[in-house]
Amino acid sequence: MTTHESAFDLSSESPSKIALRTLVRDRRSWVASTMLIIVVALTLFAPLYASLISKTDPFVSTINGTVVLDGVEVQVLQQSTEGLKLGVNPIGPTWKIGPYFLGADNQGRDVAARLLYGGTNTLLIGFAAAALTLIVATLVGVVAGYSGKIIDSVISRILDVIWAFPVYLLSISLSVVLLTSGFKWGPISLEAGSLYLPIIIIGLVYVPYVARPIRGQVLTLREREFVKAAIGGGAKNSTIIFREILPNVIPSVLVFIPLMVSLAMLTESALSFLSIGVQPPDASWGTIIKDGLGLLYTRPMVALTPGLFIVITAVALNLLGDAVRDALDPKARLRGAF
Amino acid sequence: MTRFILKRLAAAVFVLVSISILVFLIFFATPGVDPAARIAGRNADQLTLQQVRATFDLDKPLHIRYVSMMKHLFIDRDLTSYVNRGAEVWPQLTQAIPATLSLVFGAAIIWLLLGLILGITAAGMRKSWIDPAIGIIGIIGVSLPVYWLGEVVNLITQGRLHATLFRWVPPLGYVPFTESPSGWFLGLLFPWLTLSILYAGIYIRVIRSEIVGLMQEDYIKTERAKGAGEKRILIKHASRMSLITVVSLFGLDFGALVGGSALLTEVVFGIQGVGRLTFTALQNFDLPLIMATVMYAAFFIVIANAIVDLVYAWIDPRVRRG
Amino acid sequence: MAEKLLEVKNLCVSFKTRKGIVRAVNNLSFSINHGEVLGIVGESGSGKSVSMSAVMGLIKDENAEITGEVIFNGEDLLKKSDEELRAIRGKDIAMVFQDPMTALTPVYTIGWHIREQLQLHSDISDKAAKERAIELLEEVGIPDPVKRVDQYPHEFSGGMRQRAIIAMALSLNPKLLIADEPTTALDVTIQAQILDLLERLRKTHNSSIIIITHDMGVVSELSSEVLVMYAGRMVERSTKSSLFAHPQHPYTKGLMNSVPRVDRARTSRLETISGQPASLLNLPSGCAFRTRCPSAHAACTEQPAFTADSNGYGAACFLLSKAGAP
Repeated sequence: MTTHESAFDLSSESPSKIALRTLVRDRRSWVASTMLIIVVALTLFAPLYASLISKTDPFVSTINGTVVLDGVEVQVLQQSTEGLKLGVNPIGPTWKIGPYFLGADNQGRDVAARLLYGGTNTLLIGFAAAALTLIVATLVGVVAGYSGKIIDSVISRILDVIWAFPVYLLSISLSVVLLTSGFKWGPISLEAGSLYLPIIIIGLVYVPYVARPIRGQVLTLREREFVKAAIGGGAKNSTIIFREILPNVIPSVLVFIPLMVSLAMLTESALSFLSIGVQPPDASWGTIIKDGLGLLYTRPMVALTPGLFIVITAVALNLLGDAVRDALDPKARLRGAF
Repeated sequence: MTRFILKRLAAAVFVLVSISILVFLIFFATPGVDPAARIAGRNADQLTLQQVRATFDLDKPLHIRYVSMMKHLFIDRDLTSYVNRGAEVWPQLTQAIPATLSLVFGAAIIWLLLGLILGITAAGMRKSWIDPAIGIIGIIGVSLPVYWLGEVVNLITQGRLHATLFRWVPPLGYVPFTESPSGWFLGLLFPWLTLSILYAGIYIRVIRSEIVGLMQEDYIKTERAKGAGEKRILIKHASRMSLITVVSLFGLDFGALVGGSALLTEVVFGIQGVGRLTFTALQNFDLPLIMATVMYAAFFIVIANAIVDLVYAWIDPRVRRG
Repeated sequence: MAEKLLEVKNLCVSFKTRKGIVRAVNNLSFSINHGEVLGIVGESGSGKSVSMSAVMGLIKDENAEITGEVIFNGEDLLKKSDEELRAIRGKDIAMVFQDPMTALTPVYTIGWHIREQLQLHSDISDKAAKERAIELLEEVGIPDPVKRVDQYPHEFSGGMRQRAIIAMALSLNPKLLIADEPTTALDVTIQAQILDLLERLRKTHNSSIIIITHDMGVVSELSSEVLVMYAGRMVERSTKSSLFAHPQHPYTKGLMNSVPRVDRARTSRLETISGQPASLLNLPSGCAFRTRCPSAHAACTEQPAFTADSNGYGAACFLLSKAGAP
């Protein structure tokens, strides 16, 4: 405890107003938000880019296609001049605004265009899976923390078992099973290539990661005076949960948001890299890295650039997450950070 | 004390059994999934499917199959692979263990050193530019996809600069220590560095954050009043207290990695370890091998949890009293 | 006249905040001689703890500004570097804090803590330090010190822990011991024991004690002199008996009247001081107490001077200066 905190009457503002102001004044939130906006804008720009700049369909192989470079018509996939001269060599980056800015992949597709389209899927899955995780985990955590011993034990055991499964193993297992055969259960039918599958798998796999801390927080809150007072006053459980418990749990959930999006994104790209995430013909940054493996030593841009995008997005999300966490932590204010 | 141990043992067994059932159900009982079809391949006709089912007892009820598989796995230990007929599952697993252990041990030493040194330094130098600089290193560390980083490392060491700067880097793959210590070391050097960057990032951030928080504690005030200097306080008091969290975290991470979570690194660098084996098993739908590798992984997680609890008691005297 | 041990002159501690400058300690001046016990009384926010932290050089906030003089043993502590102060802290001036439960690093034994204190300031061997630790524990009344010295803080009860902490603080025979609310976190019965201990040790070690508290009962037990603070300023200073018999400042009078007394009729209501404790960001002009003072009048919009007698006893109140110096 700092020696002077009791003397200062800083409580005249609501905690959310203070948090918002701290967040706005934190340089990190601006840097991170800018980076994220740029990345999202670029991916949204994908269709325009494909039609205006790259002028090829990024989902169609153009093995025999040609392109005009410096006035000369050139084959997109050329005979390899290296090694045994057996393979084909896609053209490299032109570094000019136009078709094949970053070169072509081994099916003649425009890498830059695929990159932007792929970003849409990666970001979509990242955000959707994170949303799923947070909603389910908050529900589960609040129910477990607030309910009686039996329900809590059952839920906690289930969470323990899921969490004892290393995240990657569980998601890989589920993906291997579901992504080749699809999922059919009563009225619910998801095809093998559906994007819903990675979203649901990644979303559920991370539930224990969030649910346990929330459950812990709810357990502590339940013992606090203001909750006991509400119970003593005869308030219904639902009222207590919505009025007293949830508002205190929301800040923790907010801190989790950027972190979970980043984790979900990284997990999706890993699964796609292993061919059990996003399925062709859809693309994501992970699949493009996988596609680029065969060309790693000749046309490294194919594998390099999606990874760079992942890193940039993840860095931005982590920065934002740090800023949000510091803004919502009341003690951080008093550490001389007026 | 014995009652505590028994309780933990019971909980551990419960978790292991639950996991075995869960995995079994995932692969055998997911709606819409037919293991026989997976094994027989696409477009198999009914006759082939019948044969597959008979060979692998897939027509028997679920619980009989489960018990039978568990028996072969643990008791008889003669469980054989579906894919490589006749190849026993246990030897494949045990052969892969040294590679993974070598990888994880080496990486662990690196990431712990980096995490502690940089994390403590960042916490102690909050007023200078060093703290934000280390912070950026930490953030980048946790943002790098490990498989991509591995490929980039390969690009440099095996591709572009292989003829010149990185001439000494051996081709991808694991060389047992007994075969060639230098080969073992050189072959693992870049995998170690790659795997440890992610965890170093995590640990730098966790350690710095812990220590900064702990410096606000009352006992730090007492130490200043005693006349202790800031450096001594940082290291002998705040950092020492942060070990409590760090050790628990490390135990869980180490356990998970040894159990096979390093699979991406192993795949990218061609290391024939447990993680890679697990992935191959999953890809091929090789159910016995899957069961074995997943149980192996789960076992390590459970053991790691238990060891962490014990070490926790050793580090934090407040916990010892029960 | 004995040479003053500690003389504080015009000590000001202000903090820059977003909402303005907060003067936690405003022009504090007092002195304490060898062997005396001074009680500093005030509410939370009065500046009592901050002033002593400033004396020890423990304020690490970059937004803090400290002016004035703190003369200890003939030298101004405020002009010393942190390195020089470290040699003094623990050795010549020691401090004991409020909550014994969180005051010691939990992973080291009590013996280790005492040894650290000793070895920070002297070249004592580990073995000798341990022996000294056992002596000290015995001196403060901890039973079975040989066993206890190797135990961890959490194995001690609150009262015993505070004793051990006091033992550690006095291990190098400091000339001045500052105790910041040492009994507030303890049971009333233990409180009395700790205060007795402090008194006994003061005599054997011949140290002076500054005891910070909000509890008048503690003040009456231990101190010979008392200093009352409000909103960062000293509003009254007196000997203990004088203060209790004839409090001069309206705030002190209010404090005295709000303490339940055995000799009053049980049916009489406790008097309270009306209003809220002063917010340092929003102080009234002039005398900070005037918004709550039953005797406030027109002159109080100016800051009253501290009217003192030859001993330095007196109060900061216009009522006094009107009636003339005592």
